[in-house]
Amino acid sequence: MSPVPPPVRRRILLRSLSIALAATPFGLTFGAIGRASGLSLFETIAFSAFVFTGSAQFAAVAILGTGGAIAAAVSAGLLLNLRSLAFGILLAPDLRGPLWWRALVSQLVIDESTAVATTEAESAARRWGFLAAGLAVFALWNGSTILGAVLFSTGGDVILRWGLDATIPAAFLGLLWPRMSEPSHRRVALTGAVIAFALTPFTPPGVNVVAAIGAVLLGARR
Amino acid sequence: MTDATVVLVLLGLGTYALKAAGPVLIGGRALPVWISRLADLAPAALLAALIVSSTAVTNAELTFDARIVGLIAAGVALRLKAPFVVVIVIAAAATALTRSLR
Repeated sequence: MSPVPPPVRRRILLRSLSIALAATPFGLTFGAIGRASGLSLFETIAFSAFVFTGSAQFAAVAILGTGGAIAAAVSAGLLLNLRSLAFGILLAPDLRGPLWWRALVSQLVIDESTAVATTEAESAARRWGFLAAGLAVFALWNGSTILGAVLFSTGGDVILRWGLDATIPAAFLGLLWPRMSEPSHRRVALTGAVIAFALTPFTPPGVNVVAAIGAVLLGARR
Repeated sequence: MTDATVVLVLLGLGTYALKAAGPVLIGGRALPVWISRLADLAPAALLAALIVSSTAVTNAELTFDARIVGLIAAGVALRLKAPFVVVIVIAAAATALTRSLR
């Protein structure tokens, strides 16, 4: 494998660091929301280390916090993480190495590491970008979760006063936004929102979110 | 074990399986087209549904409060191409401001 030139490394490191910093308020919020949703300090911190996918963590904790069922929280999180499967397959050709190494770095398959890796042309640089972004986000995500969980453990009052509960829908909107320029994604998103909205009064918390996946069939049919 | 611990373990294992399937098992081969198409579209539907449930649902009921102002402010910020972090801060600030006015 050819070595990665220093300028490329610098570019990758800068990108990785800024993308990891962007995740930090999220991590702080997750720590706070985790505690506010009734999770213990250990559970909140373990979620970030063990699940390590922002949107699925928020989804699961949001469903738990509104009194939702275990099955609803797990399936909503897993459906949201179906993209991890696609990311892993996308990254697989560049992740050569012994089985134990591939198994270990698989935990770093996230939006950010996939984004940084796939913007590089050379396989060695892609691998480097995957590891740099994955490790940077892992460190800052978990660090900020711990900080958020400890600092905001006083709970709901601080979250309401600072408007922290609005950061979750805003973050989801921020993740959704780039997809909205594509008509098939836009159609699926709008249908998903309508399904979720319409089912809320009639289904247990979280089930509406899982049911919204049905909107995908609309976009795939064409 | 609490519900949260059960969710943590199941979601953690399931997510890891999804992440690791490609690197560990498949190597260089690509997904069948129809599966990758569904997996590609799924986040759009789910993120939209999550926006609804994290904005307008409290204790399994539809509620409309200051979070909506925050979400609208976030949409405006995104429209103006604000960075992700700024969008989140603006949403929190708009929501906090709306609550302080009441």
